Amino acid sequence: MQWDFAFTAEILPKMLWATGNTLLAAGMGYAIAVVIGLLFALAQRTPLRILTYITREIVEFIRSTPLVLQIFFVYYVGPEYGIFLSPWVAGMIAIGLHYAAYLSEVYRGGIESVPKGQWEACTAINLTTMQTYRRIVLPQALPPSIAGMGNYLVSIFKDTPMLSVIGVAELMQAANAVGGQNYRYLEPYTMVGVIFLVISLTAARAIRWFEATVRRKLGMQ
Amino acid sequence: MTYTSFLADYGSRFVDGALVTAIQFLCSLGLAVLVANLFGLMMLSSNPVVRRAAVGYVEFFRGTSLLVQLFWLFYVLPLFGITLDNFLTGFLAVGLNLGAYGAELVRGAIQSVPRGQWEASYALSMSPAQQMRKIIIPQAFVIMLPAWGNLVVELLKSTALVALIAVPDLMFEARQLNSSTYLSTWTFGTALIIYYVFSRFLITPCMRWTERIMARRIGRA
Repeated sequence: MQWDFAFTAEILPKMLWATGNTLLAAGMGYAIAVVIGLLFALAQRTPLRILTYITREIVEFIRSTPLVLQIFFVYYVGPEYGIFLSPWVAGMIAIGLHYAAYLSEVYRGGIESVPKGQWEACTAINLTTMQTYRRIVLPQALPPSIAGMGNYLVSIFKDTPMLSVIGVAELMQAANAVGGQNYRYLEPYTMVGVIFLVISLTAARAIRWFEATVRRKLGMQ
Repeated sequence: MTYTSFLADYGSRFVDGALVTAIQFLCSLGLAVLVANLFGLMMLSSNPVVRRAAVGYVEFFRGTSLLVQLFWLFYVLPLFGITLDNFLTGFLAVGLNLGAYGAELVRGAIQSVPRGQWEASYALSMSPAQQMRKIIIPQAFVIMLPAWGNLVVELLKSTALVALIAVPDLMFEARQLNSSTYLSTWTFGTALIIYYVFSRFLITPCMRWTERIMARRIGRA
């Protein structure tokens, strides 16, 4: 089996276009995860014990079951109740919720790392709970969370190929399609691997740099 | 059709699938542990060639997605004349991938054994092999066990992907049942619950138990 450069050049535009979709999917999924993850984390800190308990169980359940099965579940279960989701929407919900569960643990660690004295000081100067979180606690919880958040950004990117199982037109799906049409799997699958390797290594470096910068800006060396 | 009659009709399919998943899990766990220890130790080698080879392996497997690796092994390797059985390909991909993550844990744990322990075993004129085997490894093992707990759950979840190369595991059976019965909520829901039970009530307690036993054995209970 020889590597065919002409074929590589021919499918390259298609693959790069699909890479754009993969990045878009990762970005959208991550945006959902960042917001819902924060809700999961904060729900576990309310005085309502039952809410804490339920959120904890939901997070545990999502974390201990396979993402690919969750994607199928979201995509196929909707229509049974009359909710028809496009592959993109179902995929984003599944991957967003999955990573929200992981991110909520990162946030929880970050919030718990804020010293108790900060909370007491906020009570002493009469800040409301909302103000305490927004102005004192969350800004300090952020730097220790960045490394974890960054790792999950890379993970979500590496999990987007699973979206191909319900037909989201991302990189893996493009490689399957190209491979099937031309009966050549060597080039498309190898290209997918290379593209993933380049992007995830670059992203990992960028995140390390970003974390150092934020720490420096906030004066936490 | 009620859920009980659904289970009575198709329960055996879920049991068969769960068994295949369990075997896949055990095989890939064995491989991952082997790979993790080998490359984890290689990353600590004083020989730069060995070290770089191990770092290269870890970066490669962590940087490209598991699904991409799985498809590459399954569709591309046969083009070079190496045809592996689905089952073998499945646990090979999962084991090699998760092993790369495990290697980082092994390296980190060995590095976090306090320096004094190395110095003390050197002072007792132990050979490097004895130092490792009697002093460093047992302590590193206890340090890394909690992180391995998470990794083992990740490993179980990753085995769901082998369904995509037609290994008849739990995920595969669920998909088959879904396309023949159209009862998506029940089929995917049951599969989700089985995965959940596996990881929450089998793997997690086992890992906790091992942690306790090991901590006691090195006198840190």
